Amino acid sequence: MQLESMVKKASEASLPNASVFSSEPSPYKIETQNLDFYYGSVKALSSINLAIRRKSITALIGPSGCGKSTFLRTLNRMNDLIPNTRLAGKVLLDGEDIYAPGVDVYRLRKRVGMVFQRPNPFPMSIFENVAYGPRRHGINKMSRLSEIVEWTLRKAALWDEVKSKLRSSALALSGGQQQRLCIARALAVEPEVLLLDEPCSSLDPISTGKIEDLLLELMKEYTIVIVTHNMQQAARISNTTAFFLNGELIEVGPTEKLFTNPSNKMTEDYITGRFG
Amino acid sequence: MTARKSFHSELEDLASQILKMGLLVEEAIRDGVESLKNKDQDLARKVIEGDDAIDELETEIEQTCLRLFALQQPMAVDLRMIGTALKIITDLERMADHAVDIAKVTIRLGNEPLIKPLIDIPRMAEITQRMVRECLDAFIRKDAALAHKMATWDEEVDHLYAQVFRELLLFMIEDPKTIRQATQLLFVGQHLERIADHATNVGEWVVYMVTGEKRDLNK
Repeated sequence: MQLESMVKKASEASLPNASVFSSEPSPYKIETQNLDFYYGSVKALSSINLAIRRKSITALIGPSGCGKSTFLRTLNRMNDLIPNTRLAGKVLLDGEDIYAPGVDVYRLRKRVGMVFQRPNPFPMSIFENVAYGPRRHGINKMSRLSEIVEWTLRKAALWDEVKSKLRSSALALSGGQQQRLCIARALAVEPEVLLLDEPCSSLDPISTGKIEDLLLELMKEYTIVIVTHNMQQAARISNTTAFFLNGELIEVGPTEKLFTNPSNKMTEDYITGRFG
Repeated sequence: MTARKSFHSELEDLASQILKMGLLVEEAIRDGVESLKNKDQDLARKVIEGDDAIDELETEIEQTCLRLFALQQPMAVDLRMIGTALKIITDLERMADHAVDIAKVTIRLGNEPLIKPLIDIPRMAEITQRMVRECLDAFIRKDAALAHKMATWDEEVDHLYAQVFRELLLFMIEDPKTIRQATQLLFVGQHLERIADHATNVGEWVVYMVTGEKRDLNK
């Protein structure tokens, strides 16, 4: 018993105390505050308040047109590219509003990378696909680029499959490999957040399984937000699930809780297939 | 508008399968106790033979639950309902086994006159059967309040069992020739007491199914 209490004291002593180290980061990487979004006069998002935990996977679910993809795109200002849209409220990344005047959108998108529904490799070699981002950010030394390409492809669990053909066209890869290449391309610029918009919707179950394993691995270092139509996928890989409906955030909570015992009737009706 | 119509009608079928199994179990308990009261060997044999049908139904329901898990990936209330079904059929099957054991006591005692008229055992049987019926009703009607109410009877069953025990013990002390029959009757009391416990388990699962929270209903 004495030994036990000594061990306990020792482990407590080694834990940094939040009240002593006031610079302790918030558990949330991203927070949205009263976020509204409009396409023209159509309100697509209505007062979304969602806090996204760092180094975890947050899944966004909901029927088509519920606003989940729109919401995802607000997190790295991808919607800026769509004409006649308007946003109100705040999106905080590490406590700073990414829509504040003077924010460098280019730098923001380096920190918050994105992977889309359909794999969209550039029509160039595997190597160049991954090296593209780092080159744009000023890295030109070949030995450094090679390092980055290998490191990134390993991280994306693709290295062993492509190491012998780095110079061949990325378009020759299978859909699943292309999607992992796109994840590698996003990782090459060392982002902090990875946004994925239905990354497995065009993939077979084996490729989907590989991507899911990869995301679970990447979660240890990155904050991941994924939009998925596949509720089983959300259930399998995410820590937190957020349910959207008609532009509103209906419920957010630990994935296990949301899928076994949701608090909201609308969530329950959706996940049990009673509407939609 | 239901997106998964066929799945939800399968869930309704699952509920009626459970109800069917539950009714057979209820009948087995009633007949087991009746056979003892009336020294009805035929009825006792009917209970023993009827157990196979209950076991088969259990296997069938088990397979249905596993198939629905695998093919439909149920969520939320559906997940809890199928999980509950899978758990409570074990309790129902055990209840039927206890009914069979009571019927076996009837066979063992044969035409031997009873050492005393049965009073507390039929009372226990009555409450126990009521609990079985109510826990099934609670499941079918998704009624957590009924499950709670049903479980409160368990205390009365335990109390009656203690009374049966004391009484039979006195018989055995006074006249060792009664030991053989008294122990058999004591077993009957214990079987009924166990059936009530299984009904309470079913009630706990019903509460989980409805509320998502597992509670000890005997506390």
